[in-house]
Amino acid sequence: MTAAGAELTLRHPVERFSLDNGLRVVLAPDRSVPVVAVSVFYDVGMRNEPEGRTGFAHLFEHMMFQGSAHVPKMEHARLVQAAGGTFNGSTHQDYTNYFEALPAEALERALFLEADRMAAPAITEENLRNQIDVVKEEIRVNVLNRPYGAFPWLQLPQIAFESFANTHDGYGSFVDLESSTVDDAADFFSTYYAPGNAVLCIGGDLDVAETEELVRRWFGPVPARPVPPLPPTGEPSPTGPRRGEVEDRLAPAPAVAVGWRVPDPVGDLDTYLGTVLLSELLSEGDASRLERRLIHDDRIAIAQSSYVGLFGDPFDVRDATLLTTQVHHPAAVGVDTVLAAVHEEIAKVAQDGVPADELARVQARTEAQLLRQADSVLGRTLGFAAAELIHGRAELAGELAARLAAVTPEQVQAAARGLDPDTAAVLELRATGGAK
Amino acid sequence: MSTALDLSLIPPLGEPRPQPVPEVTETVLPSGLRVVVVPRPGVPLVELRLRVPFAATSARSAATHTARTAVLSGAVLLGTAAHDQTEIAQLLQGHGAELSVSADPDRLLLSTTLLPEGLAPVLGVLAELLTSAAYPNDQVEGERARVAERISIARSQPGVIARTALAARRYGAHPYALQLPSPDLVLAVRSTALRTLHRDRLVPAGSTLVLVGDLDPQAAIDAAGSALTEWSREGEAVTAPDVPAIAPGALEIVDRRGAVQSNIRLGGPAPGRTDPDLPAVRLANMVFGGYFSSRLVENIRERRGYTYSPRSSVDHLVASSSFLVEADVATEVTAPALLETQYELGRIALTPVTEAELDAARRYVLGSMALSTATHAGLASTLSALLGAGLPSDWLAEHQRALAEVTVEQVQDVARRYLAPSGLTAVVVGDADVITEPLRALGPVEVAAGEVEE
Repeated sequence: MTAAGAELTLRHPVERFSLDNGLRVVLAPDRSVPVVAVSVFYDVGMRNEPEGRTGFAHLFEHMMFQGSAHVPKMEHARLVQAAGGTFNGSTHQDYTNYFEALPAEALERALFLEADRMAAPAITEENLRNQIDVVKEEIRVNVLNRPYGAFPWLQLPQIAFESFANTHDGYGSFVDLESSTVDDAADFFSTYYAPGNAVLCIGGDLDVAETEELVRRWFGPVPARPVPPLPPTGEPSPTGPRRGEVEDRLAPAPAVAVGWRVPDPVGDLDTYLGTVLLSELLSEGDASRLERRLIHDDRIAIAQSSYVGLFGDPFDVRDATLLTTQVHHPAAVGVDTVLAAVHEEIAKVAQDGVPADELARVQARTEAQLLRQADSVLGRTLGFAAAELIHGRAELAGELAARLAAVTPEQVQAAARGLDPDTAAVLELRATGGAK
Repeated sequence: MSTALDLSLIPPLGEPRPQPVPEVTETVLPSGLRVVVVPRPGVPLVELRLRVPFAATSARSAATHTARTAVLSGAVLLGTAAHDQTEIAQLLQGHGAELSVSADPDRLLLSTTLLPEGLAPVLGVLAELLTSAAYPNDQVEGERARVAERISIARSQPGVIARTALAARRYGAHPYALQLPSPDLVLAVRSTALRTLHRDRLVPAGSTLVLVGDLDPQAAIDAAGSALTEWSREGEAVTAPDVPAIAPGALEIVDRRGAVQSNIRLGGPAPGRTDPDLPAVRLANMVFGGYFSSRLVENIRERRGYTYSPRSSVDHLVASSSFLVEADVATEVTAPALLETQYELGRIALTPVTEAELDAARRYVLGSMALSTATHAGLASTLSALLGAGLPSDWLAEHQRALAEVTVEQVQDVARRYLAPSGLTAVVVGDADVITEPLRALGPVEVAAGEVEE
């Protein structure tokens, strides 16, 4: 590692141990602010759902807040919030997580709450029916009642991929949600929420020895269960272009998304990092290639963005994933005009490469953004946990800025060569009947 | 639940550890610009916030002012006498920075994150923009067209439609009634108008520059002083005029045909940041609907499944503070959801909260304040807002002490005055064909045409 690289490595040390029941534990102490973050990542996400149970990983996330053996419904929230803390959970393609950020003196309480629901969540008929209703409202507010609601994260994968794991609706169909039963939930819990299928990561104002003792006290008694094998999510690379369209009755203007398959984030991280910087170079800020071309020079777009990973976080997904470029454009501009300009800008990078000073600026910006995320105890803790679960190394989260700083112009050029128009998946959103 | 509960298992909380108090160094430059610096350990970053008072001067000029401000927010970055737009962006990017410019009814805010070594050069770019933004005609045309398109897209979002309708009803002829400028007025904005607006209103008097992060306070103040000497235009800071009292009136339904959900919004006045009632109202708000452990969430989400994220809040503008309630609910349960919301408002207005509810709300408010100011970005934004409201930098500590002393009686007193349903203006955006008749059961209703004027 270069001297510059060493400076970019986060100074937070990481401690690691496992319990006999298989739970992996990562501690990331930092005593500068009297705050701790506790997170549990289960190795099950939207891509693990069986056919006929779309949306189940997310529905189950809701069930984990409905009480547990020693905690009545609503009490999880009260116990965290009345301690001055915040909490949430979220479902991703490859994992589901639960987390709290609290004053340091509430650490043991948070560990108790997470351990209690890891041991025995309250999976009852009443709770399940109630949360199916709540999830349906979540889907209405985020997808059905909103222009551009699912665009492109629920629709583009259907064009870009082949397997059920990668193409189905991770929010779930109302039919699948409504037909879910308590037995389904109990099975799902038993299969995927085993301690050996989880990572517990705690960051912030903590004493390592004391915290290890608390973790053993509360999580140690959770019985071990078999851990399911990792499902294969990788797919053969596409060999031809694919195109599809969706109608949006609520949207006032059209939009288009282009997705290209990118290298395996886990198996081929170094090549993948070139792709991550390419997406920044293309789309981050007024100095970026696509902002200049589409917005300022040609004036054929209202807004543009590019990102790696369906939810915009390149470091929390396994294979297979996409670099997505998303453009909102005026109705008067044809979609092929937009696509031609996007492909042309990428071709320039592929043919001419990237000036070193341009890449250095992009790297400085990326570094600042990574540091900003790491400035919050919770942000840092979630980063360590995701790196441990996906890459098997929490330390990677602290090294990313240095790894990205070491990426060369040649790597970015190589990444651009991978974004071939002939293997891209294109999704057009047609605005049909919106206001205006 | 089948198992007998043994709540004694739940670990007690330890002794709270003291929150570090921010060490604030401040000065007022000869130009009138107030500079506030807070050194912070942690990650090697600096957060910058420049807040400039930017309210409309009168209700009559508000529509044009809002349209011009919307275009200026993007156009100020379109280049200067010395550098074009791309060069400006590159100069910033090399230091990890990207300037974002945003406007609300009170102010313009220029903000960025940057790497510490970039402080002087980034302040230099900021000064260049403030003193010599060019507003090139051709690029301004492109910018205003994009802003108009973005406003059209924003106006198709049900949450924006609801917010706009509520503001119009609550503020009447006051400038705050205008949440989004009309696309037509935006398309009419010319470069010359932007240059005039910039000259008259982007002035140092009344503005505040906040810097938080990995820096030395005196060196940072010196760097700001020398970078910004040229920014010395004369001018007065303009704040919004007083807000008239408007009686709530009938529930307004904004028709959105075929909507699968209704957006319920209630709003009324709340005490301002210096009002001694504020701490009690903030706590009453929490107990009612301000966080997950609240009565509203327990009722209409966890018990009845009507909605995903109901919530209430206390929001502050310089001339008006608000108590707001929001819930997006399934179309068929719109009236029952409003009924339950009104029931909870009536209940908190008329009957005391419990000590346990009050203590939980208090600890949550104090804890979440500590969490949100624990990052460079959170502290910078909080300080910028407080100073912009004319408050001293130690207001936060004062407010924390005041929150600690609020009693159940005080909460009940303010809840009756500020949270009672009879005092709140109500708007529902949804499918009028389906929701109007049931809503009439709860009181008088007016149905407004579906789309905003264009």
